[in-house]
Amino acid sequence: MPVPIAKLAQVKRKGVVPGNPACMGCPHTLGLKILGKVLGDRAVLVVPAGCTSIIAGVYPRAGINMPVLHVPFASAGAVASGIAAAYDMIGRDGVVVVWSGDGGAADIGFATLSGAAIRNENILVIVSDNEAYMNTGIQASGTTSWRARTTTTPIYGKTEEKKDLALLMLLHRVPYVATASVGYPTDFAEKLENAAAIRGFRFIHLLSPCPPGWRFDADKTAHVAKLAVETGAWILWEYINGRFRISPMSRPYADPRRRKPIEEYLRLQGRFSHVKPEDVEFIKRRIEENWRLVKELEAFYRG
Amino acid sequence: MEPRTVTKVLVGNHAVAEAIRLARVQVVAAYPITPQTVIVERIAEMVESGELKAKYIRVESEHSALAAVYGAAAAGARAFTATSSHGLLYMYEMLWWLAQSHLPLVLALVTRAIGPPWNIHTDHQDLLTVRDAPWIIAMAENVQEAFDLTLQGFKISEDKRVLLPFMVGLDGFVLSHTAEPVSMPTQETVDAWLPPREPEPWVLEPGKPFAVGNVGPDEVTMELRWLLWRAVERARTVIREVDREYEKIAGRSYGGLVERYRLSDAKYVVVTMGAWSGDAKEAVDRLRDEGVPVGLLRIRFVRPFPKEEVLEVAAGSRAILVVDRAVSMGNAGVLGIEISSVVRGRIPVKNVIAGLGGTDTGYEDFEDMIRRFVEEYESGRTDKWLEPEWYMPWFKR
Repeated sequence: MPVPIAKLAQVKRKGVVPGNPACMGCPHTLGLKILGKVLGDRAVLVVPAGCTSIIAGVYPRAGINMPVLHVPFASAGAVASGIAAAYDMIGRDGVVVVWSGDGGAADIGFATLSGAAIRNENILVIVSDNEAYMNTGIQASGTTSWRARTTTTPIYGKTEEKKDLALLMLLHRVPYVATASVGYPTDFAEKLENAAAIRGFRFIHLLSPCPPGWRFDADKTAHVAKLAVETGAWILWEYINGRFRISPMSRPYADPRRRKPIEEYLRLQGRFSHVKPEDVEFIKRRIEENWRLVKELEAFYRG
Repeated sequence: MEPRTVTKVLVGNHAVAEAIRLARVQVVAAYPITPQTVIVERIAEMVESGELKAKYIRVESEHSALAAVYGAAAAGARAFTATSSHGLLYMYEMLWWLAQSHLPLVLALVTRAIGPPWNIHTDHQDLLTVRDAPWIIAMAENVQEAFDLTLQGFKISEDKRVLLPFMVGLDGFVLSHTAEPVSMPTQETVDAWLPPREPEPWVLEPGKPFAVGNVGPDEVTMELRWLLWRAVERARTVIREVDREYEKIAGRSYGGLVERYRLSDAKYVVVTMGAWSGDAKEAVDRLRDEGVPVGLLRIRFVRPFPKEEVLEVAAGSRAILVVDRAVSMGNAGVLGIEISSVVRGRIPVKNVIAGLGGTDTGYEDFEDMIRRFVEEYESGRTDKWLEPEWYMPWFKR
């Protein structure tokens, strides 16, 4: 069951404090806020280089109201493994959370993420995916969407496709993998609760639309995040110990006729302003393919 | 009171593993690399058999090995890792991150040449390449000392005056794979001497919001570096204290940051580090028999560097010969540079680079080096000492 928004609102604890140096409309702060509400008193955050390294605030102040260990780019999965091992030895409870961007998880940090997954470390990895290296100024990453313009794909847009991190993690045979979106806080909160209740490696791929990086207005973050789901471009699902389920928020869009037109999603984002009609056709085909795969997985992992 | 000890015949790698067991290390993470691998194989066996109550994390790289033990140290556990050569270089980023986070742990470095070409034999390039990071860096001469330094490493590293990571070097194969009798204090003795780690207030605890390593004003970076500098400086005192204390539980001490061998009346001083110091001492003995007033200063700690000890030696002698197993290209041998930076022209310093990539260097070679060094000094030919000498008797230029 998604966590009711009223219940989330009751939690007074702030995961992110006001006045932190995030950009206007930053999706990470939305995600961190929910994380703080659900796991704030239990979580220890491991944060590799990325936007959150800055959002965390400037010493001697702090922008995140949870214990935070800042770590080098390619180290988060391993550092978290070490913390979890130490807590086991010392007998301390807590949820060791890696809060990473897409670069730290899908690219430079992929080996250490994969290593931690295959060892089934007792950690929760949340990848807040804004689909590019935003902290260094919008360079293409492994999870940047096909054709999206970035400063390193400035004219034609990215020529390679988005790396599907969540499915890669699923095939590590870990106990918990889910996708989420900052546009659906109640769904994300439920997934955090479910993940926290399990021991072992847990992974949440959180789609985090970035206003300056995707080039849309800063008041549209939640709207774009929702559109990603409503157009079927981003599918919310959850895998728990052998059972794969398309999440209720995404369920209606299994039927292509119920999806909003993808053009609506693309048009809002300056990074896709150059795409041609044939590109849109390709994107539509790819979305349909992803849905087929997810439905197959749901059928396969009936639990 | 007579120290209570057990003596076993062990190769260097197993001796290090025994020290880890006695120190009751809680988290070990490592990635295999020759010639280090045997240390962590033995520890993995100890963990699986229950001889050591610890978590062993089989990471996918050395970068992750140091990252994992860094996490463990940041969470308050006693942690250990080991590596060699390329593994240490792959850790380079984490070496700094860990040390600048002011956290204690021990890393055993089984020294090995850096490729290409592939070469698994010893030199000191790997150890000395990381000397600028705020680590306490020690180098053993024999298997016994590798054991002793590993155990002492936790005591020094966790001392509240230090709180820095500790690297113990031992020469690949020459020590790592060579068996020698090793005298070890009993578990009860070690437990009393090295109690469980007392975590600092900045270890990570759920529910206790705290940021480690966040962005700060530029001045904070410089202030932190200064604090680290002071901690490394304070380590001199702690190293000497621990060396003296250790005598009570183990029956051995080494003289602090250096070992002085036949130095009291020496006019010529040879400086070495690591296992080949044994060969160099043999050469010193032979030359002493001929009446040459030579002694040896063995560097046990590269960081903090034994400045006072070197100055003291320079004050009473005519010239220094530094035999190096590592080079800083375009300048000189690394220890040669280090020694010269302290001696500052008070007396002439000759630097010889030898034994790279494990090139066999025996007592005859040291005898040859020392003989020529003394001759050159006595015939006033020290002007050519500006450049280091590459000792390659087999090589026809």
